[in-house]
Amino acid sequence: MELILALAIGILTGSGVWLLLRPRTFQVIMGLALLSYAVNLFIFSMGRLGLAINKEPVLRAGLPQDLAHYADPMPQALTLTAIVIGFAMTALFLVVLLASRGMSGTDHVDGTRAKDAQEMP
Amino acid sequence: MTGELTAHVTALLMPHLILAPIALPLLTAGLMLLLREERQRTKVAMNVGSTFLGLVIAVLLLAQAKQPGVQTSLGVYLPGNWPAPFGIVLALDRLSAMMLVLASTVALATVLFSVARWHKAGVHFHPLFQFQLMGLAGAFLTADLFNLFVFFEIMLAASYGLLLHGSGRPRVSAGLHYIAINLAASSLFLIGVSMLYGITGTLNMADLARGIAGIDPSDRGLLHAAAGILAVAFLIKAAVWPLNFWLVPAYSAATAPVGALFALMTKVGVYSILRLWTLMFSSDAGDSAQFGSQWIIGAGLVTMAFGAVGMLGSQRLGHLAGYAAILSSGTLLAALGFGQTLLTAGLLYYLLGSTLAVSALFLLTDLIDRWRNDGSNLAPYEQTDDAPFLTPDLVPAQGLNLDDKEEVLIGRVIPAAVAFLGLAFMACTLVIAGLPPLPGFVGKFAMIHALLNPLGLGPSGGFVLGSAGWALLALMVGTGLLALIALTRAGIRHFWASHGRASPKLLVLEGLPIALLLTGCALLTWQAGAVMRYTQATADALHAPSTYVQAVMSARPVPNPPGTAPGANGRPQ
Repeated sequence: MELILALAIGILTGSGVWLLLRPRTFQVIMGLALLSYAVNLFIFSMGRLGLAINKEPVLRAGLPQDLAHYADPMPQALTLTAIVIGFAMTALFLVVLLASRGMSGTDHVDGTRAKDAQEMP
Repeated sequence: MTGELTAHVTALLMPHLILAPIALPLLTAGLMLLLREERQRTKVAMNVGSTFLGLVIAVLLLAQAKQPGVQTSLGVYLPGNWPAPFGIVLALDRLSAMMLVLASTVALATVLFSVARWHKAGVHFHPLFQFQLMGLAGAFLTADLFNLFVFFEIMLAASYGLLLHGSGRPRVSAGLHYIAINLAASSLFLIGVSMLYGITGTLNMADLARGIAGIDPSDRGLLHAAAGILAVAFLIKAAVWPLNFWLVPAYSAATAPVGALFALMTKVGVYSILRLWTLMFSSDAGDSAQFGSQWIIGAGLVTMAFGAVGMLGSQRLGHLAGYAAILSSGTLLAALGFGQTLLTAGLLYYLLGSTLAVSALFLLTDLIDRWRNDGSNLAPYEQTDDAPFLTPDLVPAQGLNLDDKEEVLIGRVIPAAVAFLGLAFMACTLVIAGLPPLPGFVGKFAMIHALLNPLGLGPSGGFVLGSAGWALLALMVGTGLLALIALTRAGIRHFWASHGRASPKLLVLEGLPIALLLTGCALLTWQAGAVMRYTQATADALHAPSTYVQAVMSARPVPNPPGTAPGANGRPQ
């Protein structure tokens, strides 16, 4: 499980960073989205006592109330907040992206058409 | 009688007053969102009133934080009434009180300036402005890492809106870069925070500071990595080289009041590093003591050089102001990294003066550019900048001899508005370049003095100033010279070589904020002794964080009022 999660985070981050460095605004926003997924998964993996696998998410009668038997609630709270904020910021970025596209007539991040850029069909 | 009443009201309000700098802008902004866009006047009144009230509250909090005789007088507020490591904590110490007063002063000046002209350039200026203030105040007051993240995001979300205020292609283009880099920085922030949580099991800054020394040695590398990642997020905000290429286009494209307010935002990055670095890696931190100090010093030094060279290379006043913000931020960071109390006291003093001056310079830029373009503020330099430093302005026109027939020049009346702009520009130059008598000089002098005499006056036995110290000293003097050259050149170009141009129309509402900021600078010089004593106490408390930790951790929740069933609302007893 750890390996799968680590690979997922790694691939998402790698793709996110690569896309973030691309010249088109749509690629940048996809990169930011992938990066935020990677960060959210990463926060989950940073619970106390490592990754919580097969542990109860909420209190259950009869089970000792400590972190050895339950999933750490803290990363969940952090992730929830991060998702909400990230979602709002992506939406805002989308609006700015469209405004930039409308004003400059190109989807290049600098608002100028690069000389060697291929035209989208 | 009135004194008694005031004391009574103060005693009643005081514990909750810590919440006010966050709650007041939030409420104001919320109310303003309910008003329709046509009701500009009401919004203006609310915004100005709320900002002014915010300044009053900040000054009250400052008075509370500087009770004499107590080394760290600290107000701790538990908004959720949960004890420290579990619930949200707001902590008011000298540093946060000082930053609050600074932020409120700049905010008041910028809001007054915006009312003259800029607030009509787009919708929702006033609510966004208040949200920005809320984020700033929250970032200064919170004692919890995750809340720091949340307040950073509030501040940034509002700043995206403010940067795009007025729209236009340069703003949208700069805004795109600004948002992208800040979203990436937020990801780094989250990674750093969650790693710290994974290692130490807490997000409370005080609890974190307490736990650093006792960390398992195998985790220490991870801890340092986490702190480094977190620091990168702050360094992006503080505009450190090479993470600062977004700053100059964004700040100079923003409308003037927004640019002036943004001058504060780099200081939030510096504040966060100062706060967290002194808490986490103080001398009590065992093996981690002073971790990263070389990096902070190095980054600060390079940023100083970058800012100064950038100033020298800029032709537009807006760029000049942006690079001045970078220069001031670099100076603060480089001095911060040494971790000496005297130096920290000097840098805090310098922070106050330079922030006020850079904000004033952003406001002045707008007025001067508008004057230069005869009232229009569209594309100010695009057509005229072909020959960078030898513009047609600088070549004397036919029939206007500068040297031989002096009677042309002598006796010409300088219009009051031009005189005001020129004098204000000179004052900004003095502060940014660090020349006497304004606070830039006093701050730099205090820092250089602290560098050379780290133990204060008297014999500093066997102290050797390292190469980093010499580099900082040289750069502080050298960047001052470069800044002086750059600003003087801009001043000559805009004020002396401006023959044949109509006198600018200056509204009182536009002059007043600049005068307010510069009066702040003058006050800092006049009361330099008192301010330095305050910053010295602040620095002492920062470098001995045990009192802060103690105060936050020992804050007890308010007991349930009698008559309610114990534990009925799930609170721990």
